[in-house]
Amino acid sequence: MKKSKVFWGYIVLALVIYAVVQLLINSGTVNFYYENMLITICINIMLAVSLHLVIGITGQFSIGHAGFMAIGAYLSAIGTMKLEMPFITAILLGAVVAALAGLLVGIPSLRLKGDYLAIATLGFAEIIRIVFLNIDYVGGAAGLQIMRQSSWGYAFFAVVITILVIANFTKSRHGRACIAIREDEIAADAMGINTTYYKVVAFVIGSFFAGVAGAVYAHNFYIIQPTTFGFLKSFDILILVVLGGLGSLSGSVLAAIFLTVVTTYLQGFPETRMIIYSLVLIIVMLYRPTGLLGTKEITDVFKFGKKGGSKL
Amino acid sequence: MEWIQQLVNGVSLGSIYALIALGYTMVYGIIKLINFAHGDVFMLGAFIGFYAIVRWDMHFILALLLAMLLCAIIGVVIERVAYKRLRNSTRIAALITAIGISLLIEYTVIFFRGASPEAYPNVVPNKTFEIFGAQIGVQSILILGISVVLMILLQFIVHKTKIGKAMRAVSHDADAARLMGINVDNTISATFAIGSALAGAAGVIFGIYYTRIEPLMGVLPGLKAFVAAVLGGIGIIPGAMVGGLVLGVVETIVSALGYSLWRDAAAFVILILILILRPAGIFGKNTREKV
Amino acid sequence: MSETLLKVDNLGITFGGLKAVQKVNMHLDRGELIGLIGPNGAGKTTTFNMLTGVYTPTEGAIVFNGTSIAGLDPYKVTRGGISRTFQNIRLFKELSVLDNVKVANHGLAKHNLLSSIFRLPTHFKGEAKMERESLSFLKIFGLDIYKDELAKNLPYGMQRRLEIARALAAGPRLLLLDEPAAGMNPQETRDLMELIAFIRKEFDLTILLIEHDMHLVMGICERIYVLDHGQLIADGTPTEIRNNPKVIEAYLGEEVTE
Repeated sequence: MKKSKVFWGYIVLALVIYAVVQLLINSGTVNFYYENMLITICINIMLAVSLHLVIGITGQFSIGHAGFMAIGAYLSAIGTMKLEMPFITAILLGAVVAALAGLLVGIPSLRLKGDYLAIATLGFAEIIRIVFLNIDYVGGAAGLQIMRQSSWGYAFFAVVITILVIANFTKSRHGRACIAIREDEIAADAMGINTTYYKVVAFVIGSFFAGVAGAVYAHNFYIIQPTTFGFLKSFDILILVVLGGLGSLSGSVLAAIFLTVVTTYLQGFPETRMIIYSLVLIIVMLYRPTGLLGTKEITDVFKFGKKGGSKL
Repeated sequence: MEWIQQLVNGVSLGSIYALIALGYTMVYGIIKLINFAHGDVFMLGAFIGFYAIVRWDMHFILALLLAMLLCAIIGVVIERVAYKRLRNSTRIAALITAIGISLLIEYTVIFFRGASPEAYPNVVPNKTFEIFGAQIGVQSILILGISVVLMILLQFIVHKTKIGKAMRAVSHDADAARLMGINVDNTISATFAIGSALAGAAGVIFGIYYTRIEPLMGVLPGLKAFVAAVLGGIGIIPGAMVGGLVLGVVETIVSALGYSLWRDAAAFVILILILILRPAGIFGKNTREKV
Repeated sequence: MSETLLKVDNLGITFGGLKAVQKVNMHLDRGELIGLIGPNGAGKTTTFNMLTGVYTPTEGAIVFNGTSIAGLDPYKVTRGGISRTFQNIRLFKELSVLDNVKVANHGLAKHNLLSSIFRLPTHFKGEAKMERESLSFLKIFGLDIYKDELAKNLPYGMQRRLEIARALAAGPRLLLLDEPAAGMNPQETRDLMELIAFIRKEFDLTILLIEHDMHLVMGICERIYVLDHGQLIADGTPTEIRNNPKVIEAYLGEEVTE
């Protein structure tokens, strides 16, 4: 089948990127500073793409993504530091618990719409953060010390799996059901789509990969603290999705890469960074509210032969 | 008589929430936007009051009025520059813009003066007196007094003046109001001005009461005030007052019971419970979408 | 042929103390084409909304194909075999014409979440089947040439047709059409009528139709129910309805002589 050929093409491309970068790291051409930047890019892509599924595809305005990232970070850290699990198992633990939390949060709050959903997810994320703040087992406000275990390999393959799963989901009847909910929930319901189920599914998958991102994040630095996962973090992720284009996976990826690089260079000037961020956010919303790519994918741009927005 | 004291503390905190919540609820009522930047207007009010008292030696009542005036202007500018263009765009776009404005205000302030906190001067004698065996601070009374006066003033404006009538008309049906010859744009600006002035006042009395102010101080009270507005039924002015007071008292009780680290969670737990159980809030009516 | 498909008993709904619809009784036999008419605000769309689960009736019963469906979630009603169009076109605007139909075909597909995520053979088979079926619906409505166009870019008349094609793709036994010809010119309306007659035969459908165009209703419906102020005031054949004094009174000032 033609479609599966495209799929294997992407896999080969991913392997090549991985191998080339790994070689550069091994030979020392890419130093620790840049490897770290690459890992951060991977983490941000995972966060952006997982939130893209919730906001961009399903149209559910969640602004508490950092909460699920926190669960992934903390649970994986408990796994490696306290339970002496291998890193991979710990990542899975963090992701699964984050997904469960997504289920728990999603079922009641996804009945809400628009602004109310946004504020409820924000509230849940804050509650998650405050819970970690109050658990002495994970260090409370002081945080939890962690051995660095993340590497380019882990981060990259985590990203590839994230993108693959979410892209596959989107390009199926299940993803179409989610887009239909985004477009018109009442019509989707009338067309036989179990809207609650798909909203929750999208939310759970999104939370799962936010958990993966959190796990990789936790093991890329030496300490995690509850303050890291406040709503500023949620907003950071939101900016990636919005800037890339609500509904565009490749847009989220590009925005994540671009903004991570910008952030890295502006590390010494955090206020300037935030001022630029917020100005960009406002200007994009005022003049191009669909984000840079809208609902289009970067691959659509190269399909001159085809008309319209068939997303295949 | 410990609990009376706690109750007074709770009501003082609650009246600050209520003052901020009023702005949220009025703006939401009229243009259906969660004005995330509202908490930052509150922060600006606190700083304006601080500089007025410390640098320009103003009497604190004058500083309060100045903060209210400047915040009103800032609120109108935000509305005219950013939100006005978004009236016909999606709710998500409007909400994201509001978040953007909020971050912009916070980090512009940090950019110019740093993130370090300031200590508010003591403008009110830190005396206490006894009522029914409870120690009540003069400051608490003052905060309550100012809040009550402002709320009565607001009720007067909304119910007895022309602009108040226009505000109610626009929030009921903007198109119909326009057809009736009401200047919708000016009415919306007036709503922002009044809401922001109240937030500015809340900022100054927050500073006097808690003494510590900093550029990110508006974030949490802002969110909690929004919770208060939702609790009372968003868009409903008395609802915001009641919601604010309830929230303040609940938080104080949670702290008094020894769970002060959980205090911030209380607001969000209330939020989620109210959203799930009664999304229209205490005073709200349920509405349904037209198909 | 007189097998009852839908039976509506004493149906009513109250919005904030106001009785929007009350005491509505209807029965539809399998294969019938029935009209539901009435002046503006008579409660026609509200009745549709109750039949499709959008509103939960405050009183009465709806029995479809032997099971009670009153108050069921809309998607369950649709899966059970009732699908509808909307008076104020509610297409998925940013989706292609083909994808609009595929969304409705969703309930008939079998491949599950995991097969799609892991791209198992069942996924490809299932999607191919959806594509085939959806295309065949588009063909019937002459929409296949627009299949990659975004729904929002279709001409108005075509959007109306797509609404019906989409409803059909959900695999209904009872099709509810809410003013399918609204805003169409006479030629478009005639074509649409032929199409409705065609799909009714082809898919063995029962159809309930809200329409303002009296000419259309009288021309194709076998029986007609008339609603006014939320209550049924008449039912019968087109000729009976045309001569019913209550109906004439309800429509006074409107085009009843057609």
